[in-house]
Formats: sequence, structure tokens, C-alpha cells
Amino acid sequence: MVMGTTSTDGVPIWSRLEPLLPQVQKPARYIGCEDGAQTPEHGPGIVSWLLTYPDTYEVGLPNQGLQILYEILNERPDAAAERSYAPWTDLEALLRRDRIPLFSVDTHRSAGEFDVLAFNLSAELTFTNLLNCIDLAGVPVRSADRADADPLIAVGGHCTYNPEPIADFVDLVVLGDGEEVVGEITEVLREWKRAGKNAGTREGLLHELSKVVGVYVPSMYDVAYDGAFIAEVTPRYGDVPATVEKRTVADLADWPYPKNQLVPLTEVVHDRLSVEVFRGCTRGCRFCQAGMITRPVRERPAGQVRDMINQGLRRTGYDEVALTSLSTADFSGIQDVISSTIDDAGCDRVSVALPSLRVDAFTVGIAAELQRARRTGLTFAPEAGSWRMRQVINKLIREEDLYGAVESAYSQGWRRMKLYFLTGLPTETDEDTLGIAELARNCVELGRTHHKSPSVTVSVGGFVPKPFTPFQWFGQNTVVELGRKIDLLKDDFRRTKGVQMKWHDPRATLAEGIASRGDRRLGPVIEYVWRHGGTFQEWSEHFSYDLWLEAMAAHDLDVDWYVHRHRTEDEVLPWDHLSAGLHKDFLWQDWRDALEEVGLEDCRWTPCYDCGACTGYGIEHVVASATPPAGGSQGTGVDLVSGSSISVELQNRRPVGAATP
Amino acid sequence: MRVRIRFSKLGKVRFTSHRDVARIWERALRRARLPVAYSEGFNPRPRLSFGLALSTGHESGAEYLDIELDPERVEELDLEALPALLSAQLPVGLTATAMVVIDRRMPSLQQAVTSCTWQIDVAEVDVELVKGAIERALAAPSIVVTRERKGKQVTDDLRPLVLSIDVDSPIEDGIHNQQGVRLIAELGTQPRAVRVSELLAALDPPLTELRVRRLHQWIITDDDQRTDPIAVAAPLSAPVGAI
Repeated sequence: MVMGTTSTDGVPIWSRLEPLLPQVQKPARYIGCEDGAQTPEHGPGIVSWLLTYPDTYEVGLPNQGLQILYEILNERPDAAAERSYAPWTDLEALLRRDRIPLFSVDTHRSAGEFDVLAFNLSAELTFTNLLNCIDLAGVPVRSADRADADPLIAVGGHCTYNPEPIADFVDLVVLGDGEEVVGEITEVLREWKRAGKNAGTREGLLHELSKVVGVYVPSMYDVAYDGAFIAEVTPRYGDVPATVEKRTVADLADWPYPKNQLVPLTEVVHDRLSVEVFRGCTRGCRFCQAGMITRPVRERPAGQVRDMINQGLRRTGYDEVALTSLSTADFSGIQDVISSTIDDAGCDRVSVALPSLRVDAFTVGIAAELQRARRTGLTFAPEAGSWRMRQVINKLIREEDLYGAVESAYSQGWRRMKLYFLTGLPTETDEDTLGIAELARNCVELGRTHHKSPSVTVSVGGFVPKPFTPFQWFGQNTVVELGRKIDLLKDDFRRTKGVQMKWHDPRATLAEGIASRGDRRLGPVIEYVWRHGGTFQEWSEHFSYDLWLEAMAAHDLDVDWYVHRHRTEDEVLPWDHLSAGLHKDFLWQDWRDALEEVGLEDCRWTPCYDCGACTGYGIEHVVASATPPAGGSQGTGVDLVSGSSISVELQNRRPVGAATP
Repeated sequence: MRVRIRFSKLGKVRFTSHRDVARIWERALRRARLPVAYSEGFNPRPRLSFGLALSTGHESGAEYLDIELDPERVEELDLEALPALLSAQLPVGLTATAMVVIDRRMPSLQQAVTSCTWQIDVAEVDVELVKGAIERALAAPSIVVTRERKGKQVTDDLRPLVLSIDVDSPIEDGIHNQQGVRLIAELGTQPRAVRVSELLAALDPPLTELRVRRLHQWIITDDDQRTDPIAVAAPLSAPVGAI
């Protein structure tokens, strides 16, 4: 049983923490002191935010979303933002023993003293850590149990597009880009705080917050069930929106953040400068929730990218910069930005990392520019092993594109690369699965023409259908089926030299599936897992499969119904009262097209399919170039070097306005 | 051209590891735009060489770092101003306190340093008990410790490396809100450095550390003089910016 923590009796948290630090692993995680860290003023007219990442410091510190909001809030005269991360289990035990609450790393202030605890949730398996952090803060885990003056629990991030499984624990959910809405929330809270957070005012405050566009307050909605299914979700008041729309920043050029990226004193997962080159992606990969919910494409001007790189490198002293986005090689003028970065850095040897690379946009030119500096790891994500399968998931890259990219890399001196694949995709046959092995083998063969012992690491993840994607109706593969497919590949690779295979535990894939498309009835399940010690579920050494199954059984919930069942068109989905801008009928049509193996081109460079993301919000793609960057096929069905049609059959859906057959 | 820097590590930053400090220095040197030489090869690294590792959580007034500078770019450099320039690029608690140009043929810090002086605060109120433990250790012919190294049990005798231990004074430790006793110890580093924690654990009775600070690192010169890694280079060039 987990106990609550009490506040400290006037003794500063740091004084109580400092003697504990020699007893824990990696104590530098808890000291703050990063370059870029701020020590904001607190006061009655200032709304204080504790931006919390519910995983370890090493994972959470590099999170760009959290750092952007940290700066934007601290620039406001009426806000103060500090940061917190989940303490590792060794420190947690000591904190609970000594009744020390969760704290900020900036000024070691007790979490309970903040007005808002805002959590970044980027993975469903962190849900139990969310509960643990709320509890460590000394705040009741269920929102219904909170007193008027308790901190508000806010969440944002990709997996809050279906916040229903955590609806019982959070006071408000932010959908979409946070840059603008955090200010609007601050203004509402400022007035409430000024008025004294009086008894009986919390409900009214939440009601007020529910009217801020992009803010979803779960307690303002009632869910009615029809047996196992949801009958309807209705707002409790007439002025609470029936559908909550996401927020979208129209132009990234207005938001050159973070300006002072935090430089940690201790090693973190992405220990480098990050510059976001664009947000949103319209490649339309059907499995990819990030690509669907972040539309439209908004490129940062190339000049601003260069300035952020140059100033960032100079200020931080990093020798590596990552150009981040969902598909960085699609950035207009990517090659110029890379080469100017490497030139400007001169003899200071800067390496450029491109974390998300589409193989059809990775050219010899980019490879050559990258290898002029230090060579970083190369990762490509073909996602599926056969062209048929890639048409189903709409990852329209040809085998030739992959081999072209791999050839470019090997010819420029790379010897090892990583390939990412998914298994358990809709309509996947064993032939498709084994296609993964075939692709990997061919890549190693290509490498042999350049090097003696090239190596390819194949990483295979189990597919989890996500809300607001065309695959949201698909029944996820069972643990047994995913295990069988992984075994097929393992067997096949046994006779292959130069390929290392890694795979994700299918049982963790199942737990993610439970949380990903669950409804409010999942709340007690998550609480059960947490109360029985199930924290850090993303960490294989802490993942507790049995607890999840036990929790589902204890609450009479059927795993098969929640995870493995195909949904029907008429079913009310738990997140139907929320909107990522996408029309549900667009997604349904895309799902039908997937089953018919029909691909859909990138709407950045082709006519609009009216998914809803632009038209619904009156915004547009912001791209510097009206044509795809050179190289490969770019999913256009055209060989962009020769200009001729590529030799594959690509059936395209008609654009909006064309007569339907 | 090679320079040697002395720096201190005090306060919160003591919780960073030896590797963390190396990374912090690499970034600080790039920010200061110091013309550091890089290694050749596939993955060029700045040519920095740190002395003996300091345990995470221990403070120090005497850490050392040798930096190889690129001779082609070195004339831009104002050596006098360097310690202050570097300290400005380091986090609070890490401060460059002295620097000197050293002969490239000079042995590395790891090879040259023979002993360190430590200030060790132990969690024990009974001064007589501490004195007894120290006297027994110094009177013993050997202090045998067993440790694991590459999966094997290795036995070492620490006694030859315990050069001196003085019981200094009772102290009041503000951080741990605890009383203790301060020891000043000189511990050898060749063929390996004695760790403060293993020495305290080997005493009879074992003592627990409250706070530990390295005060000096020592080099024995050819004429048997005890000197420090900055002073040892002094004949070649006077230390600059020494604080």
C-alpha cells in the first residue's frame, strides 16, 4: 500500500534531501544547476507551474515540449515555472520513509506549493507514474477527492488525445500545441488565485477552464454506457463544449523556443542540442498517431533554423545538434542547413543527427554532408517488410528507396545502421513479416560491396492501434500472435550473418494497448497497478505484466474486448468528444482504403483530401518549397531523379471534389 | 602545447560523476573557444587528460586536468586570463583556480601523482573511539581488504598506502545536522589509489563518512621533494592566474 506524503515543517527540502543523495544512484539527477535553469519569483499574483515529466530525469530532461513551456511561462510576469521528474525507486523509498514530498529541481520547492502540476505524457505506460508523482506531491490521486486549494493536475502530450483512462485522476487536459494555451490557462488561474482559492470555488474554476479552447476538463462530462459500449458523452453544462478541439500554432517562426535549451550536468538520453525544424507531418502513415494529430505541416524558416543552431551550439558547447521533426529529410532545403551547420562550426567538429529519416528522402548528398563531421548512428524506418504491407500502412517507400539510402550511407563510410519495423499490422501475413528479414539481408549484402563486416540492427516493435488514426478500429494482435511473428523472424535470422535483431516485449505491447484505447472504466485498473507497486512500466526490469491482467480481472474488464476486438463504424469511441481536427469519416475512408491496399499521397505537394486539419481551423501548411526535396520517390510515385514514373502500381485515392466511383 | 589546470569541485555539483565532469569540461572548453587539439581517427575526441577520479559525492579543492592545445591556433590565447574565462563557462561549484604550461614529456597526472591529502568528516561523536580506530590501523602491520575486480575477488593490503591520518577536531555538520570528527589523511595512489570509503570500512570499528574533500594531490620529484602538479611545472613557466 502506498502512503501519502506530508509537507515539510518549514525545513527546506534541499536540507532534507542533501544527506540522502550519497545513498542513491546518480544523485546528480536531483540537484538541478543546469545551464538554462531558472529560479523564478513566486508570489500571490503569480501562477506557479510545476512542469513534471513522469519518468526519470535522464528521459525527461531533453523533452522539448516541457522546455518550451518552461521558457514561455517564465517570460510571463504572472507565471513561474519549475521542473520535476519522477524520482528513481531508491530515492522514492527514502522520500516516503522521511516524508519528503516530490520537489522541483530548480529551487527544491515542495510540489504541493505549486498552483498547477502539469505533466507531459508521451507514453501510456507512464500513466502509473503519473499517479505516483501526484501521490508523492501529497495530493489526492483522484480529482474528486481534492480540496479547493490543492494544486490542479494538468496533462498534455501525445497520449492525452485519449485521456479517458486517466480521466479520474486529472483536472484538465490540454490537446495539441501548448505555446498559446498555457498563457490562457494562467490568466484564468491568476484570477482564482487572486480571489483566494476559496472553499467551493474549484468546481467553478474547472467550469471556467473548460471554456478555454483546447482544454478538456473530464469532470465536466458524463459518460453513459449501453452495456459494454459507450452510449454518449455529454457536457454537464450548456456552455461546456460538446467537442473539445486541439490547439495548433499557425506558424513556428513565431515560437523560436527553446531559446536557452537546458544543458544537464549529468548524462541524459539525448545529450545534444535539439532544433525543431518543422511540426506536423502529412506523409499519412496510417499507424502513426503523431503524424495524424499534429497536422498540418509547419516548417520553421531555414534562416531561423540556422540561427537557432548557431546560437544554440555557441551557448551550450554541444558538439552535436539534432534536427527534429517527424521526418526531417522532408524539410525544404535540408541539405543547405546541414552543410552550413557543418561549415559554420569550422574546426569545432559538429555532428548533425537526423532522428527521423525517411529512406526515400535520404540522398547521397545528405549522406556526404553528414559524414564530413563526426558520423552518428543512422536509423531508417521502413516499418514493414513488403510493398503490399507498406501500401496498407501508407508508408509509400519502395524497396529501391531503401536500398538507395542504404547504398548512399555505406558509400559514405557508414558500416552499421538500424532498421525499424512494426509487426502485428492490419492484414499482415507471414510473407509480409518474413519480408523484414529479406530486406535486412539485402541491406547487409549491399554493405558487403563496401565493407568487410557491415552490420544491420533490426528492431521490431509490436503494433498498438492509436486513437485518431485510421487504424483506431483495428483489433491489436495478441501476445501469442506477436510472439509467433517475432519467433518467425528470429528463426529466419539464425542463418544470417551481420544482422542483430531486437524486439519489444509483446506483453508490454498488450499493456500499452489496454491503456491506448481504453475508456473511463480503465481508471481503477491503472490505480490498481500503481497501488500494487507497478511504477516505471516502461522499464523492462519494472514492467509487471501479471499486475495488468490481475487488475483487468479484478474489475471485470475483458482484455480481448478492449485490445483485440475490431471496432465498427457506428461505435462511439471513448475519444469521440475530442478532436484532433481530423474528420472521423476521413479516417474511416482511410481505414477502408488501407484494407484495399490503396495508398494516399502526401497532401503537402498534391491536392487536399480534406482530412479536416487545415480546413477546420482555417490554417495551412507552411512549407518553403512547393515540391518535394530531391531524391528517391518521396511517396509520389515518381522517380524524382529521372522524372519518370516508378515501376510500381500505386492506386491513389481521388482528391476532394472528384466524383467517387 | 599542453596546459595543466587546477580546479575545485564544491557544493551541489559534487554529486556529478567523474565522467559528468569530463563532459562538462568538454562543453566549457568549446564555449570558451579554446583551441583544443583533437585526436585522429574515426571519432575525433578533444585531447583532455584528467587525473585521479574523484568519487561521486566527494568535494575537492585540488582536481587537475591536462589539455592539449592545437599549436597552430594557440597564439590567439591569453593564458593569464584563462582560469577566469573558463570558470565563467563552468557550472557553479566548478572553478578553475590555477594553470600552467607544462612540458609535453612530463608524465601524465595518473602516473605522476603519488598521494592525496583528504579531509574526512566521519559520523562519530566519540573522539576517543575515532582515535582508537586510527591508532589501531596505523599500528597494524597490514590492512587487508577484499574487492571484486573483473568478476574476481582481489585482496589488497592498504597499510602501505596509508601514509598518515591525523584526528583533527570535532565538527558540527550542518548538512547532515550531525556531529562528527574531522580526520586529515594522506593516502597513496600507486599502484592504485586508496578509496576513502574502503579505508573507513576497514577500520576497527568501521566509520561512516559524512563529508569528504580532497585537499591536495602530491607528486614526489626526482630530488625527493613533495610538490603539487602545478608547482612541479613551475621551473618551466611560472603559474599564471594562481589563486
